[in-house]
Amino acid sequence: MLRIKPDQKQRVTITVNGKAVSGYAEPRMLLTDFLRHELGLYGTHVGCEHGVCGACTAIIDGAATRSCLRYAVQCDGMEIQTVEGLAESDGTLNTLQKAFNENGALQCGFCTAGILMSSTKFLQENPKPSDDEIRDMLSGHICRCTGYTQIVRAIRQASGQ
Amino acid sequence: MKPVAFEYCRPDTVEEALDLLKEFGSDASIISGGLSLGAMLNMRLVRPKALIDINGLAELGTLDAGDATIRTGTLIRQAGAMDMPALMSGVPLLAKALPHVGHYQTRSRGTLGGSVAHADPSAEIPLALVTLAGAVTLRSPGGSREVPAREFFQGLLTTDRRADELVTGLTWPLRRERTGYAFEELAQRHGDFAITAVAAEVTVAGDGTIADLSLGLGGVEDRPFVAATAGFIGKPATDEVAVEIANEIAEAVDPMVDLQANADYRRQLVRVLGKRVLTAAFNDATGQQEAA
Repeated sequence: MLRIKPDQKQRVTITVNGKAVSGYAEPRMLLTDFLRHELGLYGTHVGCEHGVCGACTAIIDGAATRSCLRYAVQCDGMEIQTVEGLAESDGTLNTLQKAFNENGALQCGFCTAGILMSSTKFLQENPKPSDDEIRDMLSGHICRCTGYTQIVRAIRQASGQ
Repeated sequence: MKPVAFEYCRPDTVEEALDLLKEFGSDASIISGGLSLGAMLNMRLVRPKALIDINGLAELGTLDAGDATIRTGTLIRQAGAMDMPALMSGVPLLAKALPHVGHYQTRSRGTLGGSVAHADPSAEIPLALVTLAGAVTLRSPGGSREVPAREFFQGLLTTDRRADELVTGLTWPLRRERTGYAFEELAQRHGDFAITAVAAEVTVAGDGTIADLSLGLGGVEDRPFVAATAGFIGKPATDEVAVEIANEIAEAVDPMVDLQANADYRRQLVRVLGKRVLTAAFNDATGQQEAA
């Protein structure tokens, strides 16, 4: 059994976008804060911090889910994909990112990282989704400036439809 | 929006989890998916001394099918449940309720047992379990006990679970013959907490009358419950009777009042959604007979 005292800093190693990285976290440190402040990966955004807005969504051990409702110590040894892993190392955007760009599917960009990560996993599971299915998936994200139509269009384009 | 400092405990066995519950009692919070508890921790609505993470307990992630019931381990994820054909075809009401539970990004982590243990009065999984007269299995150092779902939920976020007990699984009665199932809810956005949710299980006799009826209501009072519908047994399973039942139940409820809806609005939702689910359940039941 693992027990970590409230003020004890535990070494946590996770594989982020294919690369094993480590940092220290006390039990109450959220995975979002660990990614941002310990690992310097600022692409994952912190919005509502109670699982409602979707901005912090990342792919954690194969499931697109909220990183603000996870503690870093829970994720030791896990594999996590964040928005930093989508583009090529030279900065070339991937198909989904290009589709967002071409369709005006982002404005301020705050919600975008989470939506991209949800959409990445969603399209792996459902490569040719209907617009209704895309909208259902997007119900787990709040975007307050673009309007969802362009986002639906971008995801549909990325799916080759 | 950060939790209080707590000790993190990750037991490897149920026995270890029970030892921790004995040690910390009500000062511990048990986390499975953390979709509700995580939010409450971040907002400091709960301030546990210890967080017991049960996600490592593989024995709580199993599905056991019996002759009349199917048992789901606490840790089965909501999205995982939707991918289990035996569970979805065996418990059609759960299959109809699950798409309303949260979102794609929360069902991937949220668990069946966690939702029941949390006992939000508007949550869909507790409502389905209560409507079907299922049960909750609890384990403590003293042994195991099974509590009928209709007795388990005692009020807002309040259940029959004692501080030294762990919810280990749920028991779902399997679909019955000549029986129809329906689920409807109204929420501000799809996947949000239901302002009102209504679930029905109706058995229709060969002569077209109601042989058995269970109408569950969620988000109306402080816990999910089944309405008193015994007086309608033997009446014809028609649209008119559906309206009659829904109207009578709407008058009998004592709805919660919150920022989203006043009592009259919730009563109206009971009328409208009640009629819809009853009609759908009648059709579901009679359709099976015609098909057979």
